[in-house]
Amino acid sequence: MTVIQEATTHPKDTLLRVDRFPHIWCPTCGIGTAVSCFIDAIRATGIDEKQFAVVSGIGCTGRVAGYIRLDSFHTTHGRAIPFAVGLHLAKPDMKVIVFSGDGDISCIGGNHLIHTARRNMDITVICVNNFIYGMTGGQLAPTTPQTARTTTSPYGNFEYPMSLPHVVSACGATYVSRWTVLHIKRLTRAMKDAILHRGFSFVEVIAPCSTLCARKNRLGTGTNMLSYYHDHCEINHEANLADVGLDYQGKIVCGNFLTIEKPTFRDLLEENREEV
Amino acid sequence: MEEKAAVLTGKHFWSGDIAVAEGGIAAGCRFFAGYPITPATEVAERMSERLPALENGVFIQMEDEIASMNALLGASWGGMKAMTSTSGPGFSLMMENLGLGIMLETPCVIANVQRGGPSTGLPTLVGQQDMMQARWGSHGDYEIIALCPNSPQECFDLTIQAFNFSEMYRVPVLLMTDEVVGHMYEKVIVPLEEDIELVTRPRPKPGANGYLPYAIDEESYIPPMGLAGEGFRLHVTGLTHDERGYPAVNAETQGIMVPRLVEKIKRNAPKIYMYEEDRMDDAEVVVLSFGCASRIAKWATFQLRERGRKVGFFRLITAWPFPEPRVRQIAEQVKGIVVVETNLGQMVREVERVVAGRCQVKLAPNAGGRVHETEEVTSLVEEILR
Repeated sequence: MTVIQEATTHPKDTLLRVDRFPHIWCPTCGIGTAVSCFIDAIRATGIDEKQFAVVSGIGCTGRVAGYIRLDSFHTTHGRAIPFAVGLHLAKPDMKVIVFSGDGDISCIGGNHLIHTARRNMDITVICVNNFIYGMTGGQLAPTTPQTARTTTSPYGNFEYPMSLPHVVSACGATYVSRWTVLHIKRLTRAMKDAILHRGFSFVEVIAPCSTLCARKNRLGTGTNMLSYYHDHCEINHEANLADVGLDYQGKIVCGNFLTIEKPTFRDLLEENREEV
Repeated sequence: MEEKAAVLTGKHFWSGDIAVAEGGIAAGCRFFAGYPITPATEVAERMSERLPALENGVFIQMEDEIASMNALLGASWGGMKAMTSTSGPGFSLMMENLGLGIMLETPCVIANVQRGGPSTGLPTLVGQQDMMQARWGSHGDYEIIALCPNSPQECFDLTIQAFNFSEMYRVPVLLMTDEVVGHMYEKVIVPLEEDIELVTRPRPKPGANGYLPYAIDEESYIPPMGLAGEGFRLHVTGLTHDERGYPAVNAETQGIMVPRLVEKIKRNAPKIYMYEEDRMDDAEVVVLSFGCASRIAKWATFQLRERGRKVGFFRLITAWPFPEPRVRQIAEQVKGIVVVETNLGQMVREVERVVAGRCQVKLAPNAGGRVHETEEVTSLVEEILR
């Protein structure tokens, strides 16, 4: 006779701070899926877990550092990247990953993003893009598509949104990819590749915020958002990054856009040291 | 080649800024992140020349002061001694993440070579107008340590001291120098490496099971610091946090954690106070000063003594925590205290608070861009004695 036993643990628990659960994310939020993929990606690298550090800024995605059972640092709004740079330079053998949201990374932290990409600093940035400021209640972000409504664009957004893959690639990032949280396998693989990549790697994760972004724009529930990803995603690894901007309810170009080998900041520093 | 050594033992003719950099290196600093700003740039320039020649030395010119401050915190959690240098406007930019450093209890050193403000103010000219910003500039309740050198020799010595305090108490320490001291060249004596006493942060025992990164040690109030990559699976957050480092956003945790951050400095304040005194025994009036202004203030007391006036000299080396007990004692003994500072009245407020009416307090103000004339100090002393 089959005895059905209730599981008390989950295989991913060892990399989660389950003692902190329940987490703060809303039902149907995409961040949890991104975290789940991230855990699989970390395991897939085969690198000792001690060698990882996760740095976050502020906001919903900023809370990722608090739920991952690795050395994790929850810093200030927009400033996760420079903290990670300092940590990486002090511990060059560690894999330092910045896990933060679009508002955090591209707006207040935009300057750090572009300059760290420019230096080809050997860190990984995973940016969960839900097109809105979630934690503060759904305000306009640099990634909010034109015409979308937020609590600070009640008549529709009339700003031009920022296309993150285009920006970071133009600045010198050497690994760039974008996937939605529906692309679990591809996203996990991209995160793994980004972590193993030597140089500045950037993974944009398109994720639903149905509590604020979808509701404000009458786009339905989390399921509706995933259906939308399903119907509107186009995978094109060769896409011209100037053309992968996201507009309101338009197509989402996904792919592993860029992998370049180029000396990192640390490589050049060590080369310089030899000359000194 | 001489410059390959970390400690350049011997006699040198250095500016205050160079001495700050050399003091940092002698203290074991191997990580410098900064952004150019007058009159602090020479610290960064010296570091950019020296650090790449030293083992594991890292110099990085960041995109701004905000990034510099955060890079220090990251490097410090990676186990390095880290510092930056800046001046007024850059110091303002660092304030939010100075608070993060206090909250995360991260050792690091920030040298502020003060210039005249507000705003862009006097980039190439002196001021001492960031003294209250040093104390209160970041949001929230906290205690900070700030030291004020008045010579290149002290720039060297106090930078080492700043690192020692920062490691000992797990707090960012401010070195509040100024343009005059930063650009002044004088003899600096660097001792033998083995004669420099260095302190390193308290560390958890290797493999410590159940290590709590923010546990309260009733004796010292300073928890040992586990570093990234050591397997502690630290969680470190700028949110109000419990002993585990986990966010606990409630009044109860706030009521335990914030008082501890304050208490760890307050309890140890007697060990942090440093000051210089001269001819205090029979003094009827005391001239109190710090940094560049103290050099004129001291000269003024010599002039007054020659005229037979009973005047003493007191110099704050530790500005924060303010050496309250000693200043109160002085107030009991004298008719008045003349505060000499290159601003329109900052530390004088602290003096007045501590003196609490026990004696007169007068300020020799100076809006910045120049040092005081001796007469500005002596006239106030004469006024009190009259």
